[in-house]
Amino acid sequence: MAQLKPGEVSLGTTIMAVQFEGGVVVGADSRTTTGTYIANRVTDKLTKVHDRIYCCRSGSAADTQAVADIVAYHLELYTAQHGKEPTVKVAASLFQQLCYENKNRLSAGIIIAGWDKVEGSSVYEIPLGGSIHKQPFALGGSGSVFIYGYCDKNFQLNMSKEECIEFVKNSVSLAMTRDGSSGGVIRLAVITEDNVERLLVTGDKLPEQYLG
Amino acid sequence: MAPLLEPSTGFKFDNVKRNQQLVHKGHSLPHATKTGTTIVGLIFSDGIVLGADTRATAGSIVADKNCEKIHFLAPNMYCCGAGTAADTEFTTNMVSSQLALHSLNTGRESRVATAMTMLKQYLFRYQGHIGAYLVLGGYDVTGPHLYTIHAHGSTDKLPYVTMGSGSLAAMSVFESRWRAGLSREEGIEMVKDAIEAGIFNDLGSGSNVDVCVITSGNVEYLRNYARPNERVAKEQAYKFAPGTTEFVVPKPATQHSEEEGTAMDVSA
Repeated sequence: MAQLKPGEVSLGTTIMAVQFEGGVVVGADSRTTTGTYIANRVTDKLTKVHDRIYCCRSGSAADTQAVADIVAYHLELYTAQHGKEPTVKVAASLFQQLCYENKNRLSAGIIIAGWDKVEGSSVYEIPLGGSIHKQPFALGGSGSVFIYGYCDKNFQLNMSKEECIEFVKNSVSLAMTRDGSSGGVIRLAVITEDNVERLLVTGDKLPEQYLG
Repeated sequence: MAPLLEPSTGFKFDNVKRNQQLVHKGHSLPHATKTGTTIVGLIFSDGIVLGADTRATAGSIVADKNCEKIHFLAPNMYCCGAGTAADTEFTTNMVSSQLALHSLNTGRESRVATAMTMLKQYLFRYQGHIGAYLVLGGYDVTGPHLYTIHAHGSTDKLPYVTMGSGSLAAMSVFESRWRAGLSREEGIEMVKDAIEAGIFNDLGSGSNVDVCVITSGNVEYLRNYARPNERVAKEQAYKFAPGTTEFVVPKPATQHSEEEGTAMDVSA
């Protein structure tokens, strides 16, 4: 597995995705670092690869941008080639192929989430080695380690859309306070059959927590 | 058996071991000329303002006191370059050519996102070995756009950006003063102040401020917009009066005639 090279831009990061009936909620912080300097404090780590399929990027900014661009290209062509819209599974498979075949050259931890006609909503996680895991919710990035306990305790299957949004907002907020490589604003995307709703939670509107 | 063919493109790392041995023996590696650098860009009400200092360094020596770091990419797009001077120069030249051909092919004015994609895909392919750190700004049919591009191939799209060793000093100016809807004068002044913050607080940046203003259908390249480091007038005249130095033979040297020795045998 490749480590970040010196000087390479890192998406320190906290990313997560949660599935609900009829859609998914994806969320991320907005900090990109080069060493200790924050190169971009308002990054959008939730990248559209298709109309109803988004990926959350963590690891090397360059690697994840390049991989996401390649997958987006293939998905754009998919409909013309196959006569139907690509499913989230197809997108996740493409990500996996790139991440696994190039595992020694890439530093990319990706969560793929979206909605399609076949499965409805799905969430897939592809950590550093290139393995693929289908889960009801997924956490990723350096900040995720701080919220596994919180998420395991507070997650329930069959939450409503609003409950999922609160869950993601609270979790990412907790991770951002504890992880130096995560911070800035919380970006959310709610993906359903009908549309994609983008939300922004700025620093002053973060959920309440003990701050000393 | 056919001889092993060398790849015609890409880097050759054959000499890495040899260089390591030489360093071990005490030789010092040659320094690539770097642009220590402060480069900035911001979006104002009517377009983009780009700025750069003009110092190029080779190690701790100033190689060029007035180099140009704002490179032409297209009539509506310019690119500031930090990092290895040769890499920024050649990369921007190459993409500029590609953009010109692309523009002729499509029959349209180049878009900033096109240049950004060409640059990032090229730099990613070379995995950071091409040390080009760029601030790309331009105005196309979709409006003004500003990007940073790192040597490893990652990009960020932002309303104000700084790069180079002086980027922290320059960013402090932007973070305290930038707002949406700046006027042209405010934008230029802010860029000048940001570059000067780099020039005076960063050892890798110095000399003069170059500014480039890009609006819809118009570009103003203000070379040496500010010169805060002019050398002061010398205090005395240091010329010596003719006749200060005595010399013994005032006549020009005479030609020696060819007599001594035999002529060189040049017959094949």
